[in-house]
Amino acid sequence: MEKLFPIEQVLSPEGELKKEIDSVISGEKAVAMYKWMVINRIFDRKSVTLQRQGRIGTYAPFEGQEAAQVGSALALQENDWLFPTYRDHAAMMTYGQSMTQVLLYWKGRIEGCVPPEDKHILPPYVPIATQIPHAAGAAWASRMKGEDAAALVYFGDGATSEGDFHEGLNFASVYDAPVVFFCQNNGYAISVPVTKQMKSKTIAQKALAYDIEGVRVDGNDVFAVYMATREALERARKGEGPTLIEAVTYRYGAHTTADDPRKYREQEKEEKLRREKYDPVDRLKRYLVAQGVWDDQKEAALIKEAEEKVQKAVQEMETFRPASVADMFEHIFAEKTWNIEQQQREAVSMEEKPEERELA
Amino acid sequence: MADKLTMVQAIQQAMKVKLQEDDRVILMGEDIGVNGGVFRATDGLLAEFGEQRVIDTPLAESGIIGTAVGMALNGLIPVVEIQFLGFIYPGFEQVVSHVSRIRMRTQGRYHAPMVIRTPYGAGIRGPELHSESVESIFVHIPGVKVVVPSTPYDAKGLLISAIEDPDPVIFLEPTKMYRAEKQEVPEGKYTVPLGQARMVREGEDVTVLAWGTMVPVALQAARKMEQERGWSADVIDLRTLYPFDRETIRQSVEKTGRVVIVHEAHRTGGVGAELISFINDEALFYLKAPIARITGYDVPVPQFSLEDAYMPDVDRVSRGIVDTMQY
Ligand SMILES: Cc1ncc(C[n+]2csc(CCOP(=O)(O)OP(=O)(O)O)c2C)c(N)n1
Repeated sequence: MEKLFPIEQVLSPEGELKKEIDSVISGEKAVAMYKWMVINRIFDRKSVTLQRQGRIGTYAPFEGQEAAQVGSALALQENDWLFPTYRDHAAMMTYGQSMTQVLLYWKGRIEGCVPPEDKHILPPYVPIATQIPHAAGAAWASRMKGEDAAALVYFGDGATSEGDFHEGLNFASVYDAPVVFFCQNNGYAISVPVTKQMKSKTIAQKALAYDIEGVRVDGNDVFAVYMATREALERARKGEGPTLIEAVTYRYGAHTTADDPRKYREQEKEEKLRREKYDPVDRLKRYLVAQGVWDDQKEAALIKEAEEKVQKAVQEMETFRPASVADMFEHIFAEKTWNIEQQQREAVSMEEKPEERELA
Repeated sequence: MADKLTMVQAIQQAMKVKLQEDDRVILMGEDIGVNGGVFRATDGLLAEFGEQRVIDTPLAESGIIGTAVGMALNGLIPVVEIQFLGFIYPGFEQVVSHVSRIRMRTQGRYHAPMVIRTPYGAGIRGPELHSESVESIFVHIPGVKVVVPSTPYDAKGLLISAIEDPDPVIFLEPTKMYRAEKQEVPEGKYTVPLGQARMVREGEDVTVLAWGTMVPVALQAARKMEQERGWSADVIDLRTLYPFDRETIRQSVEKTGRVVIVHEAHRTGGVGAELISFINDEALFYLKAPIARITGYDVPVPQFSLEDAYMPDVDRVSRGIVDTMQY
């Protein structure tokens, strides 16, 4: 199976091109990819710090997976659909979700779920794999309506064990729905390694069962990810059906800030090895420097710009209007039912007149 | 010998006791082996009992509960962990259609004794969908018992009873209580019977019914009302929601004539409604006031910035007691 589904690479870990990319990735595009990856990484590190300081709640870091998320999200067109998990904020932000919204989400604010007006970005999916049939359905609808939009749906290696994964792929396959199933195989589902999650040697091979395209790419190679996703989206738009992409990558940190990876892997050793040898950001940087389009000065300017952006988002998150009890009752239905009306009044009165609480 | 343990440690002890004592008992779930469970409820058990008995499964709740049914049919006693109650739904089909019905459908030829343990409830600033309290969904299913401990001692004794019970048990563990207090918990085996409530505090004037995370809230409100108003309350921890302890409830209501029910779950269709119906049937003419329900609201459990406003607190329960007493 590994032979049938080899890991495709365009940019070697040393930053050397293994394939021609000029027709697909311009120099400008490559720099844009790099910028997004750096900004996202700085955001991610800041978020982990914010959690440690108690300024946001539990947070799911993605460091190490920037190429997989940025490369795939950049392949989307304006009117496409993006279905992310709780770990895919890099993809969300690259496609148009604001940093402030992402931070609000992790601060326990429902407002953080709302996408920008002009983009189809769903809120992070928490129950594993449940987004997969949604993407198939949204894509199928685009096809029914004769539109040219496609859907890109993210999930992890663990998600492929759920029924929803298989049902989603089958539906998409039966109806040639223009959807790209994008699996970030980061090696673990919390503590469970892929080798214990499944006997299959690859995730891409699961495409065979549904007679759809299956592709395995180096998920730390942003060019390979971008090209594979772009091709898959093109095929989808042409009515040639869905694709399953397996992007082989690694999460450097904990599953979430509530997790301790030292319980289940040699964390320090593994992390060091990956960072030194396979880091997606460094890899692209090596290439850009060798091309003569990147240097220390540009790097310093980018880092400064990214830090300022993140800082601004943090400030916006922290000065966002406080959560109000009444909000909890909004948007449950198009029109409030009497029960909700009544309970909203009750809850607000508890809040507003604390001195009368006991004497009501 | 009794050690001071947290609830999560007591739960681990219960599983350990049964793994030691009964070869048929096996544990299955996501991240329960090497990781010891995301709350560490199975910490150390893989090392002690091995991979044949403490099993890290693939990420698939239908797969977990479904294979547990097969194992139970074939003589094992699976104790399954679902990582959070909010993630049981892929396995819900198995619970509704099979776990609960196989005894009836084979007229007793087969049955599926198993325990489905799962953390539930709000109060720990968890991420979205990690804070649900949907016990009434399970109470509504004929064929499964539903148990909710609120103390370390009860958690261990009830879990051992649940594992020994011939019928399937949904065992809901209040996440907020996992490490909230330490209590003396005897070493080794003891049981707390299913179907029996616990009188947490005895009084004369009002009955307060609660379970799980709401027990300490009810208790504090009762203490406060006694101090401030001189009203004393029976505070009853139901412990088993199906089948609940009708004698304890009935006797208390006959004594006090006033009832406040506290639950974290949404109001509509909550277990509180069932309890009111029961009291209506069994003790209507003892009532001196309408029964008050202090509950979570009929909205999805909000993200944590608003979870405190969603959950019944001492003030809300106190207000319920005042309303009932002053009716
Ligand atoms: C249906 C369901 N079951 C269990 C969980 C708890 N859980 C959250 S993340 C996770 C592991 C997911 O692993 P994977 O799909 O590989 O994605 P990753 O987190 O590695 O990105 C689990 C078990 C959940 N969120 N939903």
